[in-house]
Amino acid sequence: MIEFLLKGILRDKSRSLLPIIIVTIGVSLTVMLSGYIRGAMGDITDQNARFETGHVKVVTRAYHENMDQLPIDLALLGVDSLQEVLSTKYPDVQWVKRTRFGGLIDVPDENGETKGQGPAAGMSLQLLDDKSGEIDRLNIASSLVKGNLPTKRGEALIGDDFAHKLQIETGDEITYVGSTMNGSMTFKNFVVSGTIRFGVAAMDRGTIIADIADVQEMLDLFDGSSEILGYFNEGVYNDDKAKTLKADFNQNLDAADEFAPMMLTLKEQNNLASYLDYVDLYSAFFVGIFVMAMSIVLWNTGLLGGLRRYQEFGIRLALGEAKNQIYKTLILEAILIGVIGSVIGTAIGLGITFYMQYEGIDISEMLNNSTMLMPTILRSKFTPDLLYIGFIPGLIAMVIGNALSGIGIYKRETAVLFKELEV
Amino acid sequence: MKTDIIVSLENVTKKFKDGDGEFTALKNINLQFGKGEFAGLVGPSGSGKTTLLNIIGSLDSPTEGNAFVMEKNIAGLSHKASALLRNKHIGFIFQVYNLLPVYTVFENVEFALLLQDYNTSERKKMVMEALEWVGLQNMPDKKPAKLSGGEGQRVAIARAMVKRPEILIADEPTANLDANNAHVILQMMKKLNKELDTTFLFSTHDEKVMEYLERIVHLEDGKVVKDEIRTKVVAS
Repeated sequence: MIEFLLKGILRDKSRSLLPIIIVTIGVSLTVMLSGYIRGAMGDITDQNARFETGHVKVVTRAYHENMDQLPIDLALLGVDSLQEVLSTKYPDVQWVKRTRFGGLIDVPDENGETKGQGPAAGMSLQLLDDKSGEIDRLNIASSLVKGNLPTKRGEALIGDDFAHKLQIETGDEITYVGSTMNGSMTFKNFVVSGTIRFGVAAMDRGTIIADIADVQEMLDLFDGSSEILGYFNEGVYNDDKAKTLKADFNQNLDAADEFAPMMLTLKEQNNLASYLDYVDLYSAFFVGIFVMAMSIVLWNTGLLGGLRRYQEFGIRLALGEAKNQIYKTLILEAILIGVIGSVIGTAIGLGITFYMQYEGIDISEMLNNSTMLMPTILRSKFTPDLLYIGFIPGLIAMVIGNALSGIGIYKRETAVLFKELEV
Repeated sequence: MKTDIIVSLENVTKKFKDGDGEFTALKNINLQFGKGEFAGLVGPSGSGKTTLLNIIGSLDSPTEGNAFVMEKNIAGLSHKASALLRNKHIGFIFQVYNLLPVYTVFENVEFALLLQDYNTSERKKMVMEALEWVGLQNMPDKKPAKLSGGEGQRVAIARAMVKRPEILIADEPTANLDANNAHVILQMMKKLNKELDTTFLFSTHDEKVMEYLERIVHLEDGKVVKDEIRTKVVAS
């Protein structure tokens, strides 16, 4: 019977073409947009993890409560031993120290007078420690626009846009002006070894990156850092694993000590949890809308097709097919058409996804004033679930459409067959 | 009349709603048809021919009385059971051929067998045999649109006969055919009637059909007014 129905579907274009086109469009849009959402979300999550949140992060409770102010005075102390403890207890996570700080960059001219000044968002990393993996993690080498990576203490990288704005060349000396963790004023000279562009608008505007030892000295933050970030060795964020790790670490948290180190997961930072949940909700909503819209269109198509096939149903009833058998074959036809449309739609959707994975959409213009850690080019991402995700709206919509339109079969009186068939 | 009774109508009455009232299409019909009969229901429009064929074909059920077809009482059959009865034991031929346009001649005939448990090779053998009965064995791949009127009705006969039903119900089967084709079709049916011992029940106004009928039941106003056994008929 399936072969018989398939022949009918393939030969009777008016029965199959429009539903297949509708399913194909719906499925390809579902696959394409799902791939795009995954890609964009993956990029944003990855970007946040690499630059700011880690997969997990250890900070003091007080620092956590005021994290948006980058309060150096609430930083972790004794970080060398803490990092060692973390590395021993959780060996499948790589732990790195970082300090984020704010201040002013002053650029002197040849006479030592101020040539330009600008606010800077600083980040100190274990730049000179090859084992930290920070250079690879932040793609610093490939983000270099000019010059070289720092090779010794006293060297720093600055954002390329920032360098242009302040007319800084590699090899120039700049002065950081800020305050120490104790609140006193501090000055520190750095030699600009290179300029970088991460492709993250919020980072590229005023970044200065220096080795953590220089910054500890500069901020009187001896054996301290504002945070310790943990990255899973497999390189991918796993929320369950992060939660387990956090629960284990925080179980002995001293609630009375505001400087006690506490662990946060990626999703708990930068509003990522609500953001990711929001995107999940929208994705489900979006697929739901597709299923509903396609079902309504296919319902109507099915009704029109049903009217056209009234004669066929009459013959089939006369030949001894029961109404529920005819209804079942309509559902079977819907599944066949749904599968055909879903296969074609998935192929088209995947093609666009692969194209978007390599080309992406440039949103840099929109991010000029953004403070979010977002990549300037959003790309789709192929994931194995895209191979089947389109089948959900494709099949459901087609089956619902035909199931609703096929109800008419049950309202038909078998007894009037002779009259109906004598056209 | 044959002794092997396969259709037995006992006091069959059929009433339809007609606005606020009722219209009685069949009144107290008592008839029997035996295996291998070649019989017809004849009468003016509104005499109840089609209603009676609908009941015998298990497409409708009587309001009163009993209608036994292949020992099943149509009066108490569920939709599913009546579909099964049609599937196994009853074939239909309509005034227009009602072939499925997207399928070939072979597939149209094969469709009747798809509802039963035959395998592919059995179906192929049975379909080709049915096409041979009606002389269309050379055109199994033709689409209905390419067939003449006579050929179309022959495919319809093959489709009705392929499952070798005990009863074949034909409603004005020659109404759309010219005289020559009508005789060809009727001779073919008569031949199948003799060879396969199938009971043919016609509803007709057509004199050409009546020439072939061995029994004619005359209906008027829902009642049997004459049940005529004929000895002088056109042979196959």
